Amino acid sequence: MATTQDQTYHEEGTLTHDMHEEEHHHGNFITTYIFSTDHKMISKQYLLTGIIWAFIGGLLSILFRLQLGFPEMDMTFLKPLLGKWITDTGTLDPNFYLALVTMHGTIMVFFVLTAGLSGTFSNFLIPLQIGARDMASPFLNMLSYWFFFLASVIMFASLFLESGPAAGGWVIYPPLSALPQAIPGSESGMTFWLVSMALFIASQLMAGINYITTVINMRTLGMSFSRLPLTIWALFLTAVIGLLSFPVLFAAALLLIFDRSFGTSFYLSEIYINGEALPNIGGSPILFQHLFWFLGHPEVYIVLLPALGITSEIIATNSRKPIFGYRAMVGSLLGITILSFVVWAHHMFVSGLNPFLGSIFMFLTLIIAVPSAVKVFNYLTTLWKGNIVFTPAMLFSIGLVSVFISGGITGIFLGNSAIDIQLHDTYFVVAHFHLVMGSASFFGLMAGVYHWFPKMFGRMMDKQLGYIHFWATFIGVYAVFFPMHYIGIDGFPRRYYSFSTFDSFNTFADLNMYISIAAIITFTAQAIFAFNFFYSMFRGRLAPANPWKSNTLEWTTPRHPGHGNWPGEIPSVYRWPYDYSKPHAKDDFIPQHIPFSETPESNLPHENNLIGIEQEGEETSKVDEPNAK
Amino acid sequence: MAQPKVESIQWIEEPKQTLSMHPKKFALWLFIVSVVMIFAGMTSAYIVRQSEGNWLEFDMPQMLWYSSGIILLSSITMHWAYAAAKKDNLSSLKLAMSVTALLGVAFLIAQFEAWKELVNMSVYFVGNPAGSFMYVFTGLHGIHLISGVVFLLVVLINVFRYRVHAKSMDQIEMCATYWHFLDGLWIYLFLFLQLNH
Repeated sequence: MATTQDQTYHEEGTLTHDMHEEEHHHGNFITTYIFSTDHKMISKQYLLTGIIWAFIGGLLSILFRLQLGFPEMDMTFLKPLLGKWITDTGTLDPNFYLALVTMHGTIMVFFVLTAGLSGTFSNFLIPLQIGARDMASPFLNMLSYWFFFLASVIMFASLFLESGPAAGGWVIYPPLSALPQAIPGSESGMTFWLVSMALFIASQLMAGINYITTVINMRTLGMSFSRLPLTIWALFLTAVIGLLSFPVLFAAALLLIFDRSFGTSFYLSEIYINGEALPNIGGSPILFQHLFWFLGHPEVYIVLLPALGITSEIIATNSRKPIFGYRAMVGSLLGITILSFVVWAHHMFVSGLNPFLGSIFMFLTLIIAVPSAVKVFNYLTTLWKGNIVFTPAMLFSIGLVSVFISGGITGIFLGNSAIDIQLHDTYFVVAHFHLVMGSASFFGLMAGVYHWFPKMFGRMMDKQLGYIHFWATFIGVYAVFFPMHYIGIDGFPRRYYSFSTFDSFNTFADLNMYISIAAIITFTAQAIFAFNFFYSMFRGRLAPANPWKSNTLEWTTPRHPGHGNWPGEIPSVYRWPYDYSKPHAKDDFIPQHIPFSETPESNLPHENNLIGIEQEGEETSKVDEPNAK
Repeated sequence: MAQPKVESIQWIEEPKQTLSMHPKKFALWLFIVSVVMIFAGMTSAYIVRQSEGNWLEFDMPQMLWYSSGIILLSSITMHWAYAAAKKDNLSSLKLAMSVTALLGVAFLIAQFEAWKELVNMSVYFVGNPAGSFMYVFTGLHGIHLISGVVFLLVVLINVFRYRVHAKSMDQIEMCATYWHFLDGLWIYLFLFLQLNH
């Protein structure tokens, strides 16, 4: 049985420090930093790869924003970077513009906000917060990263293909993506895209199987489902969504591969291209849309849920208040998970979908507003009258709540099948999902990095730079995406290379220029983060054991947890993770591993009863000690 | 450390044991879920596509009846192997495992013969999706079955190394689970194709 003494040594991180340092330097460079099976190292690998991808994806967006904001601009200065994609007259090649848009979407959605966000924090937080030594299968975990890495290499290589990378949009609708004659990007670029994504799906499935198995089977003593931190709930449900939806994308991609490379007609039918009839008969492009969006919509929540979980944790910690409505938070996460699978056709309102079906999907889509609103309400009520500590992580979390509301409200417009006829595929949609899914998830990612950086690297990130980074990013995303609502309502279609040839759109030339300038400034501001991140990794202030005075188990580990996380016994859990500012308690936080018997001054009556019951049962349980480790 | 309000002996409430299963078996079930989703996606695609018309009608190859029989038989021999392992009857275990693996290979050959039958009926992989789907279902299931045969062989090798017996059943239990699943998956696909033809 765990005694009080066992529980308290964790707070004196230095005591155990020497012991684990030895552990840390076992193994050579390759097993420690490259082919590591330690979940913490794998998480850092995901994070680093994600950050590199984020900068590449961001840079691509800057390139096409230059084209949109300054259509007359002479881009000859980009020739060293883009080579033949800048034509002799100094303009951007239209085919490459489409490739830029496609790759920006693919990279951001899959490589940054799926692998970089859930890959980083699922790997890092699941074992640490549930009290496990590592994942259920550390080897599978390592394999999952290296599949992702291979997918990354192939996707990156596709940027340098002679015919250019995939250019049919990140949704790769056939027939555009299926026919090499249709667009240069559908030549080898699309093949690379499909191979890369197949590897990516394999990686995500391995990772997801691992996360779910770990959360269900490897929790420490006392860590019941009702005591799980909300981060774990969110990451767990993210993995469940991924496990159910990624195989369907795989099925869709497989049929597309057959259409492209073997001449089948799953998605192709009666197509004339350059006056020549193709042999394919009997396919259905709408079929692809159904299969794609069966993944594509849940994917939105794969991207968003980890950010919401991270935010719940950070807002409760830094408001010094218990999270408002823990059960409602779990319930809304479950609700979003289930609903995410029954709304996919709202992406297809204008595809010729039966209007009756459209109204069913509209109804189901609008129901998602309920759990989303529950979450927003609970964030705000947790902040309400809290002793708020404005750390950079907290600012990013509050920023997430803000962009989640602004972007979520436009979702109610777009979910309406009648209004969607006007707004479909306009910049209104671009504004909507960049706020609610792109920015919200990005803010969650940043909040998580600022919050758990001390645990990851044992050092603190610079606070002032964090503030500058936050305000630049927060003002930046609104400056970029808010005006897009207006030009969207005016009918600007997405993915168009140039608007200057349409008289009616010329009035918005200055607004487009403004958006582009804001985008460039926001993107440049991310360099502050990059500097802060890499500088603090080596030169940052040494982190205390529990810098944010947080309750969850990861802060009971030494400053540099070794492989196995806790040098001694794994702490047991006696309470939920949100005992902040409990009345009459000595401190304003009581970590999860402190038994109720140590805190008689703050216990509620039913918690005192818990101790009483255990006392009576003590005689019998002492005999066989069934739970002793 | 001891609180003055509490009696001289410090009582700590006992933390409850959490729900916990064999992690690898659990992971196998999750893998099965993801395979189910691939085929659920595929068969849904079949229904969606079929409802749009322009659907080629052709007879199901007779061979599929035989292959279904073979794979059902292999499930029985798999269970025989499992029962033999439980009773530490190693000679029956080796025999049963080998027969199961051979039946698995026989099933794959039968599926290939079914493809030949399709070709003889002029139903090709390239052409109307009705035929293409037939090849995709059987092919994708076949690839999973190959992985099942590999799993069988790995367990068989471990049987010869005396690593599978009544006290060490995890591996053969997982193998049996996967094999029965692949069997059930094929029966589902077969019935699905028979009914939605």
